[in-house]
Amino acid sequence: MSHDHDDHHHHHDNHFSPMEARVRALETILTQKGLIDPKAIDAIVETYETNIGPRNGARVVAKAWAEPDFADWLKRDATAAIASLGYTGRQGEHMRAVFNDGETHNLVVCTLCSCYPWSVLGLPPVWYKAPAYRSRAVIDPRGVLAEFGVTLPGGKKIRVWDSTAELRYLVVPERPDGTDGLDQEALADLVTRDAMIGTGLALEPEARA
Amino acid sequence: MNGPHDLGGQHGFGPVAPEPNEPYFHGDWEKRALGVTLSCGAFGAWTIDESRHARENIPPATYLSASYYEIWIRALETLLARHGFVSAEELSTGHMLEKGAAPKRVLTADMVPAVLAKGGPCDRPLATKPRFAAGARVRTRNFNPTTHTRLPRYARGKVGVVEALQGSFVFPDDNAHGRGENPEWVYTVVFDGGEIWGEDAADGLSVSIDAWESYLEPV
Repeated sequence: MSHDHDDHHHHHDNHFSPMEARVRALETILTQKGLIDPKAIDAIVETYETNIGPRNGARVVAKAWAEPDFADWLKRDATAAIASLGYTGRQGEHMRAVFNDGETHNLVVCTLCSCYPWSVLGLPPVWYKAPAYRSRAVIDPRGVLAEFGVTLPGGKKIRVWDSTAELRYLVVPERPDGTDGLDQEALADLVTRDAMIGTGLALEPEARA
Repeated sequence: MNGPHDLGGQHGFGPVAPEPNEPYFHGDWEKRALGVTLSCGAFGAWTIDESRHARENIPPATYLSASYYEIWIRALETLLARHGFVSAEELSTGHMLEKGAAPKRVLTADMVPAVLAKGGPCDRPLATKPRFAAGARVRTRNFNPTTHTRLPRYARGKVGVVEALQGSFVFPDDNAHGRGENPEWVYTVVFDGGEIWGEDAADGLSVSIDAWESYLEPV
């Protein structure tokens, strides 16, 4: 976790990739100037490696499945409903939850950059930020879904949400059948990151397999 | 600007290719890139809109072949030089040559939890009334500024329906260029797939954007 700036590493510089060398140089300059604190960087990385990830969003979805009042709140004021579970902060300041149902499947993209609801899903995967997904989600969503192994029923509508402003979208997938007896933690196990982006569906409970 | 970032609807980038069990970081440098970018953002010297515009200004061939953390780092170097924190010569030599500008604040480890938990809300109060109500038909403007905008090319000059008023937010087209926050009402506007993609539209597709009021005209 700690970052090693020891001089004895410098003779290995030519083993670094260009980006490793570039970022290392930048961090060195900024540290020499007192503009950054390497320990702050460690703390940021640790936060997004261990504290903030898709389990947050899965708990939100599971609660919405289990508690109709919470689902209503999530529809009306997702920012407040999500904050009530303690999930707030950077790239989750203005949340909206969109609900899949029998008629419509929702899919979230940011065609212009990489906007993503960090507070509930953590850092975005590489593919979410890369040109293939950003270019195709709005024009060929069924083709994109097929690459995730998802085939929707023929008549189902697809709504693509392009995150062009500061609203961040969380997809609430449909609750699978056969989950009546599960508590919220067990329900959250069925809610994948991709299901909350819209490139996946909630997992089927093993009991039904 | 009509830059390389404005990707919606382009062809030729191949399959999405999701990586199973993808780690958050592919190498230590990505961790440092995230932390350095967020730490420098905490200076308070530029806005998220200015930083997005710096990323959009990376030359297209470079932008499209770079990973997203590389895009971040290239843009960060631009911002640090523009605001006097790091010179081009320092970037090329890899060490400090002069003190440079002083930021409003330096992010230290003890500040990290509170700063990340607070984030950077962009909603701002607005005294004017919203021009459009839910259900209104609107046409997006057709413009091609060389400056920052959040109206994607594929959604310009298109007729859609206002689905919801989402609140009033900092206007990025101005804020990215130091012209002030000038908040506007923001609406979710939904377009039928055929309005955007014509005869090639996927069955049952609709696409929405979040649009600042000045992007919209009544129909």
